[in-house]
Amino acid sequence: MKPNKEITFLDSAQNRKKVRLYFYISLCVLLIVDFFIPKHGHFPWETVPEFFAVYGFIGCVGLIFIAKILRWVVRRKEDYYD
Amino acid sequence: MTSTLPPAAIFILGAFIIPFLRGRVRAGYLLALPAVAFWNLLYLPPGQSWQAGFLDYSLIFCRVDRLSLVFGYIFVIISFIGIVYALHVKDSGQHMAAFCYAGGALGVTFAGDLFTLYLFWEIMALASVYLILAQRTEPSRAAAFRYFTWHFFGGICLLAGIIMYVTARGTTEFDYIGLSDPGSYLIFAGFCLNAAVFPLHAWLPDAYPRSTVTGAIFMSALTTKSAVYILARTFPGAPILMWAGAFMTCFPIFYAVIVNDMRRVLAYSLINQVGFMVCGIGIGTQLAINGIVAHAFCHIVYKALLFMSTGAVLHMTGKIRATDLGGLHKTMPFTAVCCMIGAASISAFPLFSGFISKSLTVAAVAEEHQTIVWFMLLFASAGVFHHAGIKVPFFVFFGHDSGIRTKEPPLNMRLAMGAAAFICIFLGIYPAPLYNILPYPVDFVPYTAFHVVGMLQLLMFGALAFTMLILSGYYPAELRALNLDTDWFFRLPGRAFIRFCDKPLKFLAGAMAALVSAITAWFRSLPATSVSIENQIDRFFHGTLTSLPALIFSWIRPFKTEISQLSWNLAYILVPFVVLLLTILVLII
Repeated sequence: MKPNKEITFLDSAQNRKKVRLYFYISLCVLLIVDFFIPKHGHFPWETVPEFFAVYGFIGCVGLIFIAKILRWVVRRKEDYYD
Repeated sequence: MTSTLPPAAIFILGAFIIPFLRGRVRAGYLLALPAVAFWNLLYLPPGQSWQAGFLDYSLIFCRVDRLSLVFGYIFVIISFIGIVYALHVKDSGQHMAAFCYAGGALGVTFAGDLFTLYLFWEIMALASVYLILAQRTEPSRAAAFRYFTWHFFGGICLLAGIIMYVTARGTTEFDYIGLSDPGSYLIFAGFCLNAAVFPLHAWLPDAYPRSTVTGAIFMSALTTKSAVYILARTFPGAPILMWAGAFMTCFPIFYAVIVNDMRRVLAYSLINQVGFMVCGIGIGTQLAINGIVAHAFCHIVYKALLFMSTGAVLHMTGKIRATDLGGLHKTMPFTAVCCMIGAASISAFPLFSGFISKSLTVAAVAEEHQTIVWFMLLFASAGVFHHAGIKVPFFVFFGHDSGIRTKEPPLNMRLAMGAAAFICIFLGIYPAPLYNILPYPVDFVPYTAFHVVGMLQLLMFGALAFTMLILSGYYPAELRALNLDTDWFFRLPGRAFIRFCDKPLKFLAGAMAALVSAITAWFRSLPATSVSIENQIDRFFHGTLTSLPALIFSWIRPFKTEISQLSWNLAYILVPFVVLLLTILVLII
């Protein structure tokens, strides 16, 4: 590992786009694969197609919304306690 | 007498030789201590050994069974990794504190009675304070003081609880306690404080980010996980723990999203992870206990890895806030990869250690058909990926380029990170060695197509949400700010009390002094009056005042104050405390 050699792969917008593209493709693959696997959940809704994808997405969007509200409530200046 | 030593003795006694060693000898000695301790662990005889008499009870320093052994292994392993990471540190005090701290954790783990437990419990608290103080900045000094106050309070609760418990039940045995009498509740509160159960968690995100770079590794591994071990032994199946744990998995992730200091993000995600374990203890089935032990084992390694990689950034750049960092993967690729391995493990990505351990706990919850808790844990799994899995690597190593150009950390730090990363991947791919040492037989297959696809969907679509929110600019921006937590309820009254002592009390004292000097000046001119007044004062102090205790006693006799009327006594203590707290809160708002 040479010290001053920098990794510049992500500097170009084209490469970043490529990474995102692969990410979106993997998402599609996951959605499709879901229809072809045997399911064995403890709860009935676990076997609903794409349940985990929908829950993960909605959960994370909800997380950000609630976090924004929380910040509005608890945010103070950095020297609040000093 | 056996040929093995209590594990705690090796660390704690061994720590006191460290200051006399220098250079390579010291480095070799530091590495040898955990190695010897591990070798010792392998030969520990099952059952109880190393007992000593104490008053009418016996202290048991070495109680070995499958539950205590797993925690013993992981505490020694992480001490080894942590000390490799800290080898470059010159300050022998920090190494001593680290080993005493780890020794305390081992002592707690192998304690066979409540008094021994308490002894090592306090050693842990004291030794860990030094790891915060050693950062030698004003904020860390203040944080260390608050940390100490919290744990002192927890220790007092525990001691009071132990004494009441021992008086009531006549045994010091450290085993299943269960919530029943006041003593058990106090013990429970003391344990919960160390496990960072809401609302007793605020010391953790306050102190951990302010500890030393190397001390944070030990802190992240020992305090909360030894408390998890103790709770698993003493209060398994307590429904309150299931709900408290489920809540603990959820609320910190909201904080972690808005917090700026990267080590504080990790501290909040630490509470979230311990929440899974506390929840599993509340379930209390064999599968759940297996789950929490496996999870604690894996969690200690990947959380240490995350603290090591962010610590390496702090060590090399002196910066740790998201607002100051970004783009570091260009010059610290190895650290970035290690951080991402830790991030993938904590998020429970398939092929990483979190996946094979967290699924046990979640499966135990599903098996008990706890629907709401299951949904909360699932949300927390997606949420932990969001902040610890993406936010930490993204804002530190990717994101906008902060312009910082640095180097990889020293070799010892890289080795420690590499070792932890290796364990994360190894256990993720081949969980059998871990499953074999769990307390109960494991009949669980983590890698089914359903589990893998379900988990990947949950995580990847959480990542999609992150990507979309970042690209649209809706993601909460990183801000330099302070976020209030439950310690507000202690810190503000505390400050008001100090202010009260500082201003009104000082004023009162000054006024009194002025009055006294005025009176003496007046007496000097009237000798006869002064003698009669002196007599009156004498009578007051020697007559009225000395009879006061007897008078008070005659007042309180009708109330139930005997030691056997415990609930009344507690109520008497509680009422003025609550009144005082409310008064102060009303005064400052």
